[in-house]
Amino acid sequence: MEEWRGWRKISYESELDHLFVNEIASIPGGDKLFTCIQCGTCSGMCPLSPYMDYTPRQIIAMIRAGLRWEVLSCYTTWLCASCYSCTVECPKEIKLTDIMYAVKRMAIKQGVYPKKFPIPILANEFFKSVEDSGRSSEGRLILKLFLKTNPLKLFRQTGLGLSLFLKGRFSLKKETIQRKNELRSVIKALETEHMVKSREELGLLKETTI
Amino acid sequence: MNYLYYPGCSLKGTGKAYEESLLAVFDTINVLLEELEDWNCCGATAYMSISELKAFALSARNFALAERQNRDTGTARLLVPCAACYLGLNKAQRYLNEYPELFSTVKEALDEADLILSGPISIRHPLDVIYSDIGLKTIKDNVVRPLQGLKFACYYGCQIVRPYADFDDQFKPYTMDRIVQAVGAEAVDWPLKTRCCGGSLTGTIKDVGLRLSYILISEAKKRGCDMIATACPLCQFNLECYQKEMRKLYRHELDIPIVYFTQIIGMALGIDPHKLGLHRLFMSPLTAFQMRATSGGVHVRN
Repeated sequence: MEEWRGWRKISYESELDHLFVNEIASIPGGDKLFTCIQCGTCSGMCPLSPYMDYTPRQIIAMIRAGLRWEVLSCYTTWLCASCYSCTVECPKEIKLTDIMYAVKRMAIKQGVYPKKFPIPILANEFFKSVEDSGRSSEGRLILKLFLKTNPLKLFRQTGLGLSLFLKGRFSLKKETIQRKNELRSVIKALETEHMVKSREELGLLKETTI
Repeated sequence: MNYLYYPGCSLKGTGKAYEESLLAVFDTINVLLEELEDWNCCGATAYMSISELKAFALSARNFALAERQNRDTGTARLLVPCAACYLGLNKAQRYLNEYPELFSTVKEALDEADLILSGPISIRHPLDVIYSDIGLKTIKDNVVRPLQGLKFACYYGCQIVRPYADFDDQFKPYTMDRIVQAVGAEAVDWPLKTRCCGGSLTGTIKDVGLRLSYILISEAKKRGCDMIATACPLCQFNLECYQKEMRKLYRHELDIPIVYFTQIIGMALGIDPHKLGLHRLFMSPLTAFQMRATSGGVHVRN
């Protein structure tokens, strides 16, 4: 994963992006970010921090410092499995998991991830299938993920797929809701200019406009 | 007592056994479940990574449907067995409640489709319903095959008790332990009750995901557990379906059946194992169940 990691070790004042923290803090409850005391409880609680390049505590500090590129291109947010241990333990009640999601959304939107990296592809495919039919179809989702990332891996997983199939737990059937139009009109309403504008005015949920 | 039932996508797929056993158990103790009509995805995890607002709107449609279908006089009660759905719906409800601007935006969008979003609804996990509404006494009274001598590691996973649930302790949950004890089995004391199983990482960043699942299984083995009891379709899948790979990777014999807590209750209530979906598991817990059932003599009625 080295190729998309930030290389710079020193960032000068002029290179910092002070708007970054405001963008992240615009998620519901995101302003608590400013109260972080850098105690490290989040990093200590995180079952995944041993695998991360920057610990959750460091990520908060980096967001506040304005290290946009370093945060968007790091491995940490992709490793977050959203288990919420950090969120419940944080003495300042910072919603760390939500912040991880916000960074993830930004990185996906701006395409800051290596080619064929499975997590954004999985998220996109999941999103598309729900947008299209209102539900996710597990079997199809997994198949698409493999086809778009590493089709060769598919062969290695055929054993597992077959066993699941034989146990009646795997199917390629497309799951769908009946009143798709109803759901679509809800989603569409959120995309209208009026709604986007009103959200901007509220300073809320900027993620859709970044 | 009746509940609206929200299965979620997993319980119709890899987690089929969870649905089957849940329905069978609720049927046996005469609690009516009515599936939420035309429910849609809750908007959890993967969806959240693309758009938070739309994820909340997806949940909100389910709330509106639940209110429409509710036949009780009080608030609609929605039973949500999948941990990710439980969290997703709970989170949406919490945020819609806490942030009025968010509520009005979502409400306006729902209006477009003639869906009415009004008050909060009650989102409940089966652990909560069985422990608080149905009660352990009812379960005990219905036990015909006490599971004496069986040792379970009760694994709650992360997204049921954290961060929005209020029916159990966030750090040391106990409801599943009590339920397992109520059917005569032993709930082994272990510290990893809510440690992450890796979630979807087992499918994306595999080495990390497998390591997290492995830590759980090896600890349960070390503590002499016969099975691990789960309450989440993804936890069950991770712990069960990758055991073969973990065995190869970490050179450690791991064979341990991973069951849903509803299957445990079902076995104790004397329900046909096929109806509980035991045949869908990779490692059949049937021998362990039957061995104990014949050797255990004392009934657990108190």
